[in-house]
Amino acid sequence: MSKPRSLRRYSGLALVRHGLTRAGWAPAWRSHALRPGYDVVIVGGGVHGLATAYYLARNHGVTNVAVLEKGYLGGGGSGRNTAILRSNYLTPEGVRFYDRSLTLYERLAAELNFNVMFSRRGHLTLAHNDSSLRTMRWRAEVNKSCDVDSDVIGPDDIARLVPHLDTSAKARYPVLGALYHPPGGVIRHDAVVWGYARAADAMGVHLHQDTVVTGIDVAGGRVTGVRTSRGRIATPIVVNATAGWSSLVSALAGVRLPVQTFPLQAAVTEPVRPFLDTVVVSGTLHVYVSQTDRGELVFGASVDPFASYSTRGSLEFIEGLAGHVLQLFPSLSTLRVLRQWAGLCDMTPDFAPIMGPTDVDGFLVDVGWGTYGFKAGPVAGEAMAQCVATGKTPELISAFGLRRFADGALVGEKGAAAVGH
Amino acid sequence: MILLPCPWCGARDAAEFGYYGELVARPDPRTATREQWRDYLYVRDNVAGWRAERWYHRMGCRRFLTVRRNTVTNEVRPVSDGGTE
Repeated sequence: MSKPRSLRRYSGLALVRHGLTRAGWAPAWRSHALRPGYDVVIVGGGVHGLATAYYLARNHGVTNVAVLEKGYLGGGGSGRNTAILRSNYLTPEGVRFYDRSLTLYERLAAELNFNVMFSRRGHLTLAHNDSSLRTMRWRAEVNKSCDVDSDVIGPDDIARLVPHLDTSAKARYPVLGALYHPPGGVIRHDAVVWGYARAADAMGVHLHQDTVVTGIDVAGGRVTGVRTSRGRIATPIVVNATAGWSSLVSALAGVRLPVQTFPLQAAVTEPVRPFLDTVVVSGTLHVYVSQTDRGELVFGASVDPFASYSTRGSLEFIEGLAGHVLQLFPSLSTLRVLRQWAGLCDMTPDFAPIMGPTDVDGFLVDVGWGTYGFKAGPVAGEAMAQCVATGKTPELISAFGLRRFADGALVGEKGAAAVGH
Repeated sequence: MILLPCPWCGARDAAEFGYYGELVARPDPRTATREQWRDYLYVRDNVAGWRAERWYHRMGCRRFLTVRRNTVTNEVRPVSDGGTE
Protein backbone atom coordinates (compact mmCIF):
# COMPACT_ATOMS: atom_id res chain seq x y z
CA MET A 1 0.00 0.00 0.00
CA SER A 2 1.35 3.43 -0.83
CA LYS A 3 1.75 6.14 1.79
CA PRO A 4 -1.22 8.43 2.54
CA ARG A 5 -1.09 11.32 0.12
CA SER A 6 -0.49 13.89 2.85
CA LEU A 7 2.78 12.12 3.76
CA ARG A 8 4.35 12.17 0.29
CA ARG A 9 7.48 14.23 -0.13
CA TYR A 10 7.32 17.59 -1.83
CA SER A 11 9.61 17.96 -4.85
CA GLY A 12 10.00 20.04 -7.99
CA LEU A 13 8.73 17.07 -10.01
CA ALA A 14 5.61 16.71 -7.84
CA LEU A 15 4.96 20.44 -8.19
CA VAL A 16 5.10 20.21 -11.98
CA ARG A 17 2.85 17.13 -11.97
CA HIS A 18 0.31 18.76 -9.66
CA GLY A 19 0.47 21.97 -11.68
CA LEU A 20 -0.22 20.18 -14.96
CA THR A 21 -2.87 17.75 -13.75
CA ARG A 22 -4.35 20.08 -11.13
CA ALA A 23 -5.04 16.99 -9.08
CA GLY A 24 -3.50 15.24 -6.14
CA TRP A 25 -3.16 18.22 -3.80
CA ALA A 26 -3.43 16.76 -0.32
CA PRO A 27 -3.71 18.45 3.08
CA ALA A 28 -0.26 19.08 4.59
CA TRP A 29 -1.15 17.23 7.80
CA ARG A 30 -3.92 15.00 9.14
CA SER A 31 -6.69 15.39 11.73
CA HIS A 32 -7.27 12.75 14.41
CA ALA A 33 -9.75 11.81 17.11
CA LEU A 34 -8.50 12.56 20.62
CA ARG A 35 -6.79 9.53 22.20
CA PRO A 36 -7.68 8.85 25.86
CA GLY A 37 -4.02 9.21 26.80
CA TYR A 38 -0.71 10.55 25.48
CA ASP A 39 2.87 10.32 26.78
CA VAL A 40 3.28 14.07 26.32
CA VAL A 41 0.71 16.83 25.81
CA ILE A 42 1.95 20.16 24.44
CA VAL A 43 -0.35 23.15 24.89
CA GLY A 44 0.05 25.67 22.08
CA GLY A 45 0.31 24.93 18.34
CA GLY A 46 2.75 27.65 17.39
CA VAL A 47 6.36 27.34 16.35
CA HIS A 48 7.50 26.50 19.91
CA GLY A 49 4.95 23.77 20.55
CA LEU A 50 5.30 22.22 17.10
CA ALA A 51 9.11 22.34 17.19
CA THR A 52 9.03 20.65 20.62
CA ALA A 53 6.79 17.92 19.20
CA TYR A 54 8.97 17.53 16.11
CA TYR A 55 12.26 17.22 18.04
CA LEU A 56 10.64 14.87 20.58
CA ALA A 57 9.77 12.53 17.70
CA ARG A 58 12.93 13.00 15.64
CA ASN A 59 15.66 13.21 18.31
CA HIS A 60 14.14 11.05 21.04
CA GLY A 61 11.66 8.72 19.33
CA VAL A 62 8.76 9.96 21.50
CA THR A 63 5.80 9.99 19.11
CA ASN A 64 2.76 9.42 21.36
CA VAL A 65 2.46 13.19 21.59
CA ALA A 66 -0.50 15.57 21.24
CA VAL A 67 -0.26 19.25 20.37
CA LEU A 68 -3.40 21.12 21.52
CA GLU A 69 -4.20 24.41 19.81
CA LYS A 70 -7.24 26.47 20.75
CA GLY A 71 -7.45 28.12 17.33
CA TYR A 72 -5.54 27.21 14.18
CA LEU A 73 -1.85 26.29 13.97
CA GLY A 74 0.40 29.35 13.94
CA GLY A 75 -2.45 31.81 14.58
CA GLY A 76 -0.85 33.43 17.62
CA GLY A 77 2.59 34.96 17.95
CA SER A 78 4.01 32.65 15.27
CA GLY A 79 1.91 34.33 12.58
CA ARG A 80 2.05 37.87 13.97
CA ASN A 81 5.76 38.56 14.40
CA THR A 82 7.93 40.38 11.87
CA ALA A 83 9.91 37.19 11.07
CA ILE A 84 13.36 38.62 11.82
CA LEU A 85 16.14 36.21 12.79
CA ARG A 86 19.41 37.19 14.49
CA SER A 87 21.78 36.10 17.24
CA ASN A 88 23.66 39.30 18.17
CA TYR A 89 22.50 39.38 21.79
CA LEU A 90 24.21 40.92 24.80
CA THR A 91 24.83 38.10 27.28
CA PRO A 92 26.93 35.04 26.31
CA GLU A 93 23.95 32.83 27.37
CA GLY A 94 21.66 34.70 24.99
CA VAL A 95 24.16 34.72 22.12
CA ARG A 96 24.90 30.97 22.31
CA PHE A 97 21.20 30.18 22.56
CA TYR A 98 20.00 32.25 19.60
CA ASP A 99 22.98 31.23 17.49
CA ARG A 100 22.00 27.58 17.91
CA SER A 101 18.54 28.60 16.69
CA LEU A 102 19.99 30.26 13.61
CA THR A 103 22.01 27.12 12.86
CA LEU A 104 18.84 25.03 13.04
CA TYR A 105 16.92 27.54 10.88
CA GLU A 106 19.70 27.44 8.30
CA ARG A 107 19.11 23.77 7.46
CA LEU A 108 15.40 23.70 8.26
CA ALA A 109 14.09 23.81 4.69
CA ALA A 110 16.05 20.71 3.65
CA GLU A 111 15.35 18.92 6.91
CA LEU A 112 11.58 19.51 6.88
CA ASN A 113 11.15 19.20 3.08
CA PHE A 114 9.39 22.56 3.21
CA ASN A 115 10.56 25.86 1.72
CA VAL A 116 10.83 28.26 4.67
CA MET A 117 12.37 31.03 2.53
CA PHE A 118 15.17 31.96 4.94
CA SER A 119 16.96 35.01 3.56
CA ARG A 120 20.22 35.89 5.36
CA ARG A 121 20.30 39.47 4.17
CA GLY A 122 22.13 41.13 7.05
CA HIS A 123 20.82 42.95 10.11
CA LEU A 124 21.72 46.51 11.13
CA THR A 125 21.01 47.97 14.57
CA LEU A 126 21.54 51.73 14.36
CA ALA A 127 23.15 53.81 17.09
CA HIS A 128 21.98 57.43 17.37
CA ASN A 129 23.90 58.40 20.50
CA ASP A 130 27.12 57.65 22.35
CA SER A 131 25.60 55.34 24.91
CA SER A 132 23.98 53.06 22.33
CA LEU A 133 27.22 53.03 20.32
CA ARG A 134 28.97 51.87 23.49
CA THR A 135 26.41 49.08 23.95
CA MET A 136 26.91 48.08 20.28
CA ARG A 137 30.67 47.77 20.83
CA TRP A 138 30.04 45.70 23.95
CA ARG A 139 27.59 43.47 22.07
CA ALA A 140 30.00 43.12 19.12
CA GLU A 141 32.80 41.92 21.43
CA VAL A 142 30.52 39.45 23.25
CA ASN A 143 29.27 38.21 19.85
CA LYS A 144 32.79 37.75 18.47
CA SER A 145 33.88 35.83 21.54
CA CYS A 146 30.98 33.44 20.81
CA ASP A 147 32.00 33.13 17.11
CA VAL A 148 29.03 35.16 15.92
CA ASP A 149 29.67 37.44 12.93
CA SER A 150 28.93 40.91 14.28
CA ASP A 151 30.76 44.24 14.19
CA VAL A 152 30.30 47.98 14.61
CA ILE A 153 30.39 49.92 11.32
CA GLY A 154 30.40 53.66 10.60
CA PRO A 155 27.97 55.91 8.70
CA ASP A 156 29.83 55.54 5.36
CA ASP A 157 29.51 51.76 5.41
CA ILE A 158 25.87 52.05 6.50
CA ALA A 159 25.12 54.41 3.60
CA ARG A 160 26.65 51.88 1.18
CA LEU A 161 24.53 49.04 2.60
CA VAL A 162 21.30 51.06 2.89
CA PRO A 163 21.38 53.90 0.32
CA HIS A 164 17.87 55.14 1.16
CA LEU A 165 18.61 55.62 4.85
CA ASP A 166 19.05 59.23 5.99
CA THR A 167 22.64 59.14 7.29
CA SER A 168 23.13 62.91 7.04
CA ALA A 169 24.26 64.90 10.06
CA LYS A 170 21.08 67.01 9.71
CA ALA A 171 18.76 64.19 10.78
CA ARG A 172 16.85 64.67 14.03
CA TYR A 173 18.69 61.63 15.41
CA PRO A 174 21.89 61.39 13.34
CA VAL A 175 23.18 57.86 12.69
CA LEU A 176 26.56 57.52 14.43
CA GLY A 177 27.15 53.87 13.65
CA ALA A 178 25.51 50.48 13.61
CA LEU A 179 25.95 46.95 14.85
CA TYR A 180 26.15 44.97 11.61
CA HIS A 181 25.22 41.30 11.82
CA PRO A 182 25.51 39.71 8.34
CA PRO A 183 23.97 36.29 9.27
CA GLY A 184 20.71 37.91 10.44
CA GLY A 185 17.73 38.04 8.12
CA VAL A 186 14.08 37.22 7.60
CA ILE A 187 12.11 34.02 7.03
CA ARG A 188 8.55 33.08 6.08
CA HIS A 189 7.06 32.48 9.53
CA ASP A 190 3.93 30.60 8.35
CA ALA A 191 6.08 28.16 6.38
CA VAL A 192 8.14 27.40 9.49
CA VAL A 193 4.94 26.53 11.40
CA TRP A 194 3.53 24.44 8.54
CA GLY A 195 6.84 22.70 7.95
CA TYR A 196 7.20 21.64 11.59
CA ALA A 197 3.52 20.62 11.71
CA ARG A 198 3.80 18.50 8.58
CA ALA A 199 7.05 16.83 9.69
CA ALA A 200 5.71 16.13 13.20
CA ASP A 201 2.47 14.73 11.76
CA ALA A 202 4.43 12.44 9.43
CA MET A 203 6.20 10.93 12.47
CA GLY A 204 2.93 10.22 14.27
CA VAL A 205 2.38 13.29 16.44
CA HIS A 206 -1.31 14.21 16.77
CA LEU A 207 -2.10 17.85 15.97
CA HIS A 208 -5.44 18.92 17.47
CA GLN A 209 -6.72 22.30 16.31
CA ASP A 210 -9.84 23.97 17.78
CA THR A 211 -9.07 22.22 21.06
CA VAL A 212 -9.20 24.47 24.12
CA VAL A 213 -7.49 23.41 27.36
CA THR A 214 -9.98 23.98 30.19
CA GLY A 215 -8.12 22.39 33.08
CA ILE A 216 -4.94 20.59 34.12
CA ASP A 217 -5.34 17.78 36.65
CA VAL A 218 -2.70 17.64 39.38
CA ALA A 219 -2.70 14.96 42.10
CA GLY A 220 -0.04 14.73 44.81
CA GLY A 221 2.05 17.39 43.12
CA ARG A 222 2.10 15.49 39.80
CA VAL A 223 0.32 16.12 36.52
CA THR A 224 -2.21 13.38 35.73
CA GLY A 225 -4.18 14.76 32.83
CA VAL A 226 -5.54 17.61 30.76
CA ARG A 227 -9.20 18.56 30.35
CA THR A 228 -10.11 20.01 26.98
CA SER A 229 -13.17 21.23 25.11
CA ARG A 230 -13.13 17.83 23.34
CA GLY A 231 -12.69 15.61 26.39
CA ARG A 232 -10.14 14.53 28.99
CA ILE A 233 -6.65 13.24 28.18
CA ALA A 234 -4.57 11.25 30.68
CA THR A 235 -0.90 12.25 30.56
CA PRO A 236 2.08 12.45 32.91
CA ILE A 237 3.68 15.41 31.11
CA VAL A 238 2.25 18.75 30.00
CA VAL A 239 4.39 21.37 28.26
CA ASN A 240 3.01 24.91 28.29
CA ALA A 241 4.22 26.42 25.00
CA THR A 242 1.65 29.21 24.75
CA ALA A 243 2.21 32.92 24.33
CA GLY A 244 -0.23 35.55 25.52
CA TRP A 245 -2.06 33.03 27.65
CA SER A 246 0.96 31.43 29.33
CA SER A 247 0.16 32.73 32.80
CA LEU A 248 -3.48 31.61 32.51
CA VAL A 249 -2.56 28.10 31.30
CA SER A 250 0.06 27.80 34.06
CA ALA A 251 -2.51 28.92 36.63
CA LEU A 252 -4.62 25.87 35.63
CA ALA A 253 -1.79 23.73 37.06
CA GLY A 254 -1.38 26.03 40.08
CA VAL A 255 1.88 27.59 38.85
CA ARG A 256 2.20 31.39 39.05
CA LEU A 257 4.54 33.16 36.65
CA PRO A 258 6.41 36.49 36.67
CA VAL A 259 4.74 37.39 33.39
CA GLN A 260 2.70 40.35 32.16
CA THR A 261 0.99 40.28 28.78
CA PHE A 262 1.49 43.27 26.47
CA PRO A 263 0.26 43.72 22.88
CA LEU A 264 2.93 44.36 20.24
CA GLN A 265 1.77 45.99 17.04
CA ALA A 266 3.18 45.78 13.53
CA ALA A 267 2.19 47.05 10.09
CA VAL A 268 2.88 46.53 6.39
CA THR A 269 2.76 48.97 3.49
CA GLU A 270 1.66 48.51 -0.09
CA PRO A 271 4.29 46.69 -2.20
CA VAL A 272 6.99 48.64 -4.02
CA ARG A 273 10.03 47.60 -6.05
CA PRO A 274 12.85 46.01 -4.05
CA PHE A 275 15.15 48.69 -2.61
CA LEU A 276 15.96 47.45 0.89
CA ASP A 277 17.95 44.23 1.17
CA THR A 278 18.87 44.41 4.87
CA VAL A 279 16.91 44.55 8.11
CA VAL A 280 17.21 48.00 9.71
CA VAL A 281 16.52 48.48 13.41
CA SER A 282 16.65 51.64 15.49
CA GLY A 283 16.37 51.34 19.25
CA THR A 284 16.20 55.10 19.77
CA LEU A 285 13.31 55.43 17.30
CA HIS A 286 11.68 52.17 18.46
CA VAL A 287 11.26 50.78 14.97
CA TYR A 288 12.46 47.97 12.74
CA VAL A 289 12.05 47.83 8.97
CA SER A 290 12.47 45.12 6.35
CA GLN A 291 11.14 44.50 2.84
CA THR A 292 9.37 41.25 1.99
CA ASP A 293 9.85 39.26 -1.20
CA ARG A 294 6.51 40.70 -2.37
CA GLY A 295 7.88 44.22 -1.92
CA GLU A 296 5.83 45.23 1.12
CA LEU A 297 7.68 47.04 3.89
CA VAL A 298 7.18 45.43 7.29
CA PHE A 299 7.38 47.73 10.31
CA GLY A 300 7.50 46.72 13.94
CA ALA A 301 7.97 48.68 17.14
CA SER A 302 8.04 48.23 20.89
CA VAL A 303 5.17 46.87 22.96
CA ASP A 304 2.14 49.00 23.86
CA PRO A 305 2.59 51.17 26.98
CA PHE A 306 0.26 49.11 29.18
CA ALA A 307 -0.55 45.43 29.69
CA SER A 308 -3.60 44.10 27.82
CA TYR A 309 -5.03 41.03 26.10
CA SER A 310 -6.60 43.18 23.37
CA THR A 311 -5.24 42.69 19.85
CA ARG A 312 -6.87 45.83 18.45
CA GLY A 313 -4.57 48.20 16.60
CA SER A 314 -4.39 51.81 17.72
CA LEU A 315 -4.05 55.10 15.84
CA GLU A 316 -1.43 56.32 18.35
CA PHE A 317 0.74 53.40 17.36
CA ILE A 318 0.59 53.82 13.60
CA GLU A 319 1.00 57.58 13.88
CA GLY A 320 4.10 57.28 16.04
CA LEU A 321 5.49 54.47 13.90
CA ALA A 322 5.05 56.41 10.66
CA GLY A 323 6.83 59.42 12.14
CA HIS A 324 9.76 57.30 13.25
CA VAL A 325 10.05 55.41 9.96
CA LEU A 326 10.16 58.73 8.09
CA GLN A 327 13.03 59.89 10.32
CA LEU A 328 14.99 56.95 8.92
CA PHE A 329 13.62 56.81 5.36
CA PRO A 330 12.22 60.23 4.34
CA SER A 331 11.55 58.95 0.81
CA LEU A 332 8.78 56.64 2.09
CA SER A 333 6.47 59.57 2.84
CA THR A 334 4.07 58.78 -0.02
CA LEU A 335 3.75 55.08 0.82
CA ARG A 336 0.41 53.86 2.16
CA VAL A 337 -0.02 51.44 5.06
CA LEU A 338 -2.04 48.39 4.01
CA ARG A 339 -2.79 46.93 7.42
CA GLN A 340 -1.70 46.79 11.04
CA TRP A 341 -2.18 44.09 13.65
CA ALA A 342 -1.16 43.11 17.17
CA GLY A 343 0.18 39.97 18.82
CA LEU A 344 0.38 39.20 22.52
CA CYS A 345 3.78 39.20 24.22
CA ASP A 346 4.43 37.66 27.62
CA MET A 347 7.01 39.97 29.13
CA THR A 348 9.28 38.78 31.94
CA PRO A 349 11.16 41.09 34.35
CA ASP A 350 14.56 40.43 32.73
CA PHE A 351 13.49 40.11 29.06
CA ALA A 352 14.61 36.48 28.97
CA PRO A 353 12.31 33.44 28.62
CA ILE A 354 11.27 30.95 31.29
CA MET A 355 12.06 27.36 30.32
CA GLY A 356 12.11 24.01 32.05
CA PRO A 357 10.44 22.26 34.98
CA THR A 358 8.23 23.89 37.62
CA ASP A 359 7.26 22.98 41.19
CA VAL A 360 4.52 20.73 39.77
CA ASP A 361 6.03 17.41 38.62
CA GLY A 362 5.43 16.85 34.91
CA PHE A 363 4.39 20.45 34.22
CA LEU A 364 7.04 22.17 32.11
CA VAL A 365 7.01 25.67 30.73
CA ASP A 366 8.45 27.25 27.59
CA VAL A 367 7.00 30.71 28.09
CA GLY A 368 7.79 34.37 28.69
CA TRP A 369 9.02 34.77 25.14
CA GLY A 370 8.23 38.47 25.09
CA THR A 371 8.99 39.99 21.73
CA TYR A 372 11.75 37.56 20.73
CA GLY A 373 10.06 34.15 20.65
CA PHE A 374 9.87 33.43 16.96
CA LYS A 375 13.61 33.52 16.29
CA ALA A 376 14.12 31.03 19.15
CA GLY A 377 11.50 28.50 17.98
CA PRO A 378 13.83 25.71 16.78
CA VAL A 379 16.31 25.85 19.67
CA ALA A 380 13.52 26.14 22.24
CA GLY A 381 11.82 23.10 20.70
CA GLU A 382 15.07 21.13 20.64
CA ALA A 383 15.92 22.02 24.24
CA MET A 384 12.39 21.43 25.59
CA ALA A 385 12.24 18.07 23.79
CA GLN A 386 15.52 17.09 25.45
CA CYS A 387 14.22 18.32 28.80
CA VAL A 388 11.04 16.23 28.45
CA ALA A 389 12.72 13.09 27.09
CA THR A 390 15.69 12.95 29.49
CA GLY A 391 14.13 14.58 32.55
CA LYS A 392 17.21 16.80 32.82
CA THR A 393 17.49 20.49 31.97
CA PRO A 394 19.99 20.98 29.10
CA GLU A 395 22.94 23.25 29.93
CA LEU A 396 21.93 25.63 27.11
CA ILE A 397 18.72 26.64 28.91
CA SER A 398 19.78 26.15 32.54
CA ALA A 399 20.03 29.94 33.00
CA PHE A 400 16.36 30.37 32.02
CA GLY A 401 14.71 28.40 34.85
CA LEU A 402 11.74 29.73 36.81
CA ARG A 403 13.78 29.60 40.05
CA ARG A 404 16.09 32.41 38.92
CA PHE A 405 13.60 35.04 40.07
CA ALA A 406 13.73 33.87 43.69
CA ASP A 407 17.50 33.28 43.49
CA GLY A 408 18.16 36.74 42.09
CA ALA A 409 19.99 35.25 39.07
CA LEU A 410 18.27 37.27 36.35
CA VAL A 411 19.65 37.07 32.82
CA GLY A 412 19.35 40.75 31.87
CA GLU A 413 18.77 40.80 28.11
CA LYS A 414 16.89 44.09 28.11
CA GLY A 415 19.78 45.92 26.44
CA ALA A 416 19.62 43.69 23.35
CA ALA A 417 16.06 42.39 23.36
CA ALA A 418 13.83 45.23 24.48
CA VAL A 419 13.38 46.93 21.14
CA GLY A 420 15.36 45.63 18.21
CA HIS A 421 14.12 42.29 16.96
CA MET B 1 -8.27 56.27 22.30
CA ILE B 2 -8.65 55.03 25.87
CA LEU B 3 -9.83 57.52 28.49
CA LEU B 4 -8.84 57.22 32.15
CA PRO B 5 -10.94 58.88 34.86
CA CYS B 6 -8.51 61.12 36.72
CA PRO B 7 -10.26 62.29 39.90
CA TRP B 8 -8.79 65.80 39.50
CA CYS B 9 -8.58 66.32 35.77
CA GLY B 10 -11.58 64.28 34.59
CA ALA B 11 -11.46 61.80 31.69
CA ARG B 12 -8.08 62.10 29.98
CA ASP B 13 -6.26 60.22 27.20
CA ALA B 14 -4.36 57.21 28.57
CA ALA B 15 -1.24 58.48 26.77
CA GLU B 16 -0.94 61.16 29.49
CA PHE B 17 -0.55 58.49 32.17
CA GLY B 18 2.21 56.21 33.27
CA TYR B 19 1.18 52.58 33.76
CA TYR B 20 2.18 51.02 37.10
CA GLY B 21 0.42 47.68 36.75
CA GLU B 22 -1.83 45.55 38.91
CA LEU B 23 -2.15 46.22 42.63
CA VAL B 24 0.13 44.06 44.79
CA ALA B 25 0.51 44.12 48.56
CA ARG B 26 4.04 44.82 49.83
CA PRO B 27 5.21 42.31 52.43
CA ASP B 28 7.30 43.43 55.39
CA PRO B 29 10.90 43.26 54.07
CA ARG B 30 12.21 42.31 57.55
CA THR B 31 10.15 39.14 57.76
CA ALA B 32 9.42 38.21 54.13
CA THR B 33 10.94 35.01 52.71
CA ARG B 34 12.81 35.06 49.41
CA GLU B 35 9.80 33.56 47.66
CA GLN B 36 7.43 36.15 49.14
CA TRP B 37 9.75 38.94 48.08
CA ARG B 38 10.05 37.47 44.58
CA ASP B 39 6.27 37.29 44.35
CA TYR B 40 5.98 40.91 45.39
CA LEU B 41 8.61 42.06 42.90
CA TYR B 42 7.77 39.94 39.89
CA VAL B 43 4.85 37.52 40.07
CA ARG B 44 1.51 38.83 38.82
CA ASP B 45 -1.95 37.34 38.35
CA ASN B 46 -2.03 38.80 34.81
CA VAL B 47 -5.81 38.45 34.75
CA ALA B 48 -7.68 38.42 31.45
CA GLY B 49 -10.71 40.45 32.55
CA TRP B 50 -11.44 43.04 35.23
CA ARG B 51 -8.70 44.01 37.64
CA ALA B 52 -7.59 46.94 39.80
CA GLU B 53 -4.42 48.72 38.75
CA ARG B 54 -2.32 51.82 39.45
CA TRP B 55 -1.71 54.65 37.01
CA TYR B 56 0.19 57.92 37.38
CA HIS B 57 -1.01 61.12 35.72
CA ARG B 58 2.48 62.19 34.69
CA MET B 59 1.42 64.76 32.08
CA GLY B 60 -1.33 66.21 34.24
CA CYS B 61 -1.77 66.60 37.98
CA ARG B 62 0.98 64.07 38.77
CA ARG B 63 -1.18 62.11 41.17
CA PHE B 64 -1.48 58.36 41.42
CA LEU B 65 -4.89 56.80 40.87
CA THR B 66 -6.47 53.38 41.01
CA VAL B 67 -8.85 52.27 38.26
CA ARG B 68 -10.57 49.04 37.34
CA ARG B 69 -9.82 47.99 33.78
CA ASN B 70 -10.94 45.02 31.71
CA THR B 71 -7.69 43.81 30.16
CA VAL B 72 -9.53 42.10 27.30
CA THR B 73 -11.72 45.01 26.16
CA ASN B 74 -9.76 47.93 27.75
CA GLU B 75 -13.01 49.26 29.32
CA VAL B 76 -12.18 51.42 32.36
CA ARG B 77 -14.11 52.24 35.55
CA PRO B 78 -13.02 54.51 38.42
CA VAL B 79 -12.25 52.99 41.82
CA SER B 80 -10.71 55.53 44.17
CA ASP B 81 -9.33 59.04 44.11
CA GLY B 82 -5.87 57.72 44.91
CA GLY B 83 -5.52 59.83 48.07
CA THR B 84 -2.29 61.76 48.39
CA GLU B 85 0.12 58.85 47.85
